[in-house]
Amino acid sequence: MNKPLRRIAIFCGLLVLTLLIRDNWLQYVQADTLKDDPKNRRVTIARYSTPRGDIIVDGNPITGSTETSTSGLNDLKYKRTYKDGPMWSPVTGYASQAFGANQLESIEDGILTGNDDRLFFRNTLDMITGKPKQGGNVVTTLSGAAQKAAYSGLKSQGGKGAVVALEPTTGKILALASYPSYDPSSFAGNSTSTDSEAWKKLQKKYNPADPMLNRALRETYPPGSTFKVVTAAAALENGLYTSAEDKTRSPLPWTMPGTTQQLKNEGNLPCKDATMREALRVSCNTVFGKIGADLGNDKMLAEAKKFGFDAEQFTPVRSSASVFSENMDQSQTALSSIGQFNTAATPLQMAMVASAVANDGKLMKPYMVDKLQSSNLDTIAQTDPEQLSQPLSSDNAQILQSMMETVVKDGTGQNAQIGGGVTVGGKTGTAQHGVANSKNPYAWFISYAKLSDGSSPVAVAVVIEDENANRDDISGGGLAAPIAKSVMEAVINAKQ
Amino acid sequence: MSSTSNTSTHHTSTIGSIGAPSRRNTELALLVFAVAIPVFAYANVGLAINDQVPPGLLSYGCGLGLLAGVGHLAVRKFAPYADPLLLPLATLLNGLGLVAIWRLDQSKLLQSLPNYVTAAPRQLLYTAMGIGLFIVVLIFLKDHRVLQRYTYISMFCALILLLLPLVPGLGANIYGAKIWIRVPGLGSLQPGEFAKIILAVFFAGYLMVKRDALALASRRFMGLYLPRGRDLGPILVVWGISILILVFETDLGTSLLFFGMFVIMLYVATERTSWIVFGLLMSAAGAVGVASFEPHVQQRVQAWLDPMREYTLSQQGVFGHSEQSMQALWAFGSGGTLGSGLGQGHSELIRFAANSDFILATFGEELGLAGIMAILLLYGLIVERGVRTALAARDPFGKLLAVGLSGAFALQVFVVAGGVMGLIPLTGMTMPFLAYGGSSVIANWALIGILIRISDTARRPAPSPASNPDAEMTQVVRP
Repeated sequence: MNKPLRRIAIFCGLLVLTLLIRDNWLQYVQADTLKDDPKNRRVTIARYSTPRGDIIVDGNPITGSTETSTSGLNDLKYKRTYKDGPMWSPVTGYASQAFGANQLESIEDGILTGNDDRLFFRNTLDMITGKPKQGGNVVTTLSGAAQKAAYSGLKSQGGKGAVVALEPTTGKILALASYPSYDPSSFAGNSTSTDSEAWKKLQKKYNPADPMLNRALRETYPPGSTFKVVTAAAALENGLYTSAEDKTRSPLPWTMPGTTQQLKNEGNLPCKDATMREALRVSCNTVFGKIGADLGNDKMLAEAKKFGFDAEQFTPVRSSASVFSENMDQSQTALSSIGQFNTAATPLQMAMVASAVANDGKLMKPYMVDKLQSSNLDTIAQTDPEQLSQPLSSDNAQILQSMMETVVKDGTGQNAQIGGGVTVGGKTGTAQHGVANSKNPYAWFISYAKLSDGSSPVAVAVVIEDENANRDDISGGGLAAPIAKSVMEAVINAKQ
Repeated sequence: MSSTSNTSTHHTSTIGSIGAPSRRNTELALLVFAVAIPVFAYANVGLAINDQVPPGLLSYGCGLGLLAGVGHLAVRKFAPYADPLLLPLATLLNGLGLVAIWRLDQSKLLQSLPNYVTAAPRQLLYTAMGIGLFIVVLIFLKDHRVLQRYTYISMFCALILLLLPLVPGLGANIYGAKIWIRVPGLGSLQPGEFAKIILAVFFAGYLMVKRDALALASRRFMGLYLPRGRDLGPILVVWGISILILVFETDLGTSLLFFGMFVIMLYVATERTSWIVFGLLMSAAGAVGVASFEPHVQQRVQAWLDPMREYTLSQQGVFGHSEQSMQALWAFGSGGTLGSGLGQGHSELIRFAANSDFILATFGEELGLAGIMAILLLYGLIVERGVRTALAARDPFGKLLAVGLSGAFALQVFVVAGGVMGLIPLTGMTMPFLAYGGSSVIANWALIGILIRISDTARRPAPSPASNPDAEMTQVVRP
């Protein structure tokens, strides 16, 4: 009987071996996937087991952590708190015990909880010296003054809207505001009565204003006349016109090629064969529509893409891709070139357009995380400015700057004038939307400020969607330009 | 085994009575570790959870030490030549199980569950009863061959035990599997755990008698020795019973365990590989056949194939779905290579049955891959010592019984650990010694007792020839 006994012994050995192999698969190969699965409750427990690191603006934290009572079944020790939550939520996102995390709170979760591999050495040291594990900080590029100006401007306007401000030379995001907004503190815990109720009230299903939508990064609007800056850049870059003073070949009225439809201007404007400077000053649809049609879809698309259209941006928070369509005929290209038809842009995108012009044609990659710090303030990672593309040459950029400065000096954007040695260049926009343009249009304003030494510290994009406003009142110059002005002033004052 | 052959040639030798070393002191030394490791683990859990050495450390350590000591003395007295590893291995696993059960007792989440009981003191009581039964086996079972007399009585006992959970009013359906009975005043019992041992006795007795008929009368077909139709009877009956268990008690594990044990013993008794082939085909056919119409089995299979879907359904509150499988996988994954450390994991998230069916997940999370591999190897060692006992045994009944018990033990470990780790569908059995549950602990201590008895008989030197007046003048010639 011993021969089969030995075989049974081998069989039992194989059973144990199978278990050992399975265990290695589970606890070695698959371990990290299982461990970091967001549905694994341990991820949440770890996230709130220590005071979370902070998100920092101008050297001061805009977030905090408070100890919750761990009596009963609550296994989460700390809760996130926010200072000026509604103002900063487009930057921070939320970290909620019950509803997870998003945006910066989620993307930099490893640093904030202290679990990131880059903190391994520090954590090991802390373990040896007996210090509790602490999360690191996320230092943002934002400017508190600019953000405040942006948010309070939107709030006093009362309608929905968003503001993005960039530093043209680096791509640093200085302001990122969205209105209406929400306070992430209101649902940071996991109480079913208060937190769940607050969360529910913020959902689009129950709240048509959709306060949790980050309009600065995630909503695309038809950019309207502000897109004419891109069209003008395309005209200069492709040599269609070589200076701001060239008379354009623009008949009035102008019938779009391939159609019998006339493209209308807003009112009786002096657009017949106007120079580009004049056309941008009074915002001629005919002139820029015809430039688009003359250049054609391919060249317009190429220029729009250089400005960042048709691509998501990672700041590191993802922004939606702005749209400039391909395969359009001449009339569609003409409409798209004045920011109508399918063209749609995020506020971030239009701020990038203004900032590329201000930075002598160089488009810098927009970013909002300056550096990551460990809990003892050592820098772990630093973001370096990075050039994304060069949508136009330095010479052409200066031509476009002088055109945009004319718009503010004696055109549609006079509300953005600052004075005191500060030159402002800008462009207004009033975008039609809705079926047969029935809804109230969006008011846009994009601009940059230039100091007396020629440096440009800030570029801004403002969009207001005000459903209650009188249709005639909505013009970029009237509603949006004052907000852009106060944001630019805030940045300039903070510099001095 | 060389020792076996040596002792058998010493039958006529006078120096045989000096015999092989009894290894009792080895056992005692190993037992010291088997008690010390769980005591350290217990202190570790207390320090991790409450920042202090648990107040019960002394009584717990003394209790476990006392039980192990009494067990050891009983072995020393009643089975002096027994295998020295079996008792320390069982003690170590039992002690570690107690630590994990106590650790889960500290969880507020588990305390809030409706059927919560403080499990660790009860488990200590069950352990005491188990070691008590172990000693009773050693005292009253002087020779395992006595069991041979009860072959057919064993069969009836085992069948009754297996059928008990189906008796209305007595059986209890706990989360789908009907493998429990409720005894008023005593609580729940899992008769299958006891039936495992009693069936092994029956199979061993039956096969010892019938093995020649089963082995020799066969036809050769395509390289396999096919048994005659009439000899197929027993295997068909056992197969039928295990299918019935699967259908009526809806427990794949128990069914697989009994059938697997029978096939192993049949193979050992007849040395015919064809039985293994038959067995595998029959169990595959049976499992697939039953799964095609039994919804509970189907659901277990689906939960095994896609634990995430099962988890999502349970979170949506769909009746009859359980998050346990996914929670166990997360526990294993979160443990990683070295584990979170005792008391520092979150295996209580498994909730129901965290300290019984799923106790391995607690070890997986808190001791990591390293700890689970060590525990699996401890089980492997018990099985290895069991099979070694079978090899060393000098009588076919002892061989069959030892290999049947150790084979069943190995299958149970595989089915339970494989189920918890997501290798095979989940079944309703528990890890021997580690898991909370009286029936399991008591029955497995009895199993160890029987193996120790067989190994004692096997390793015991043959008694010196009785002083026979006729033999006095005979000269002993040494080989």
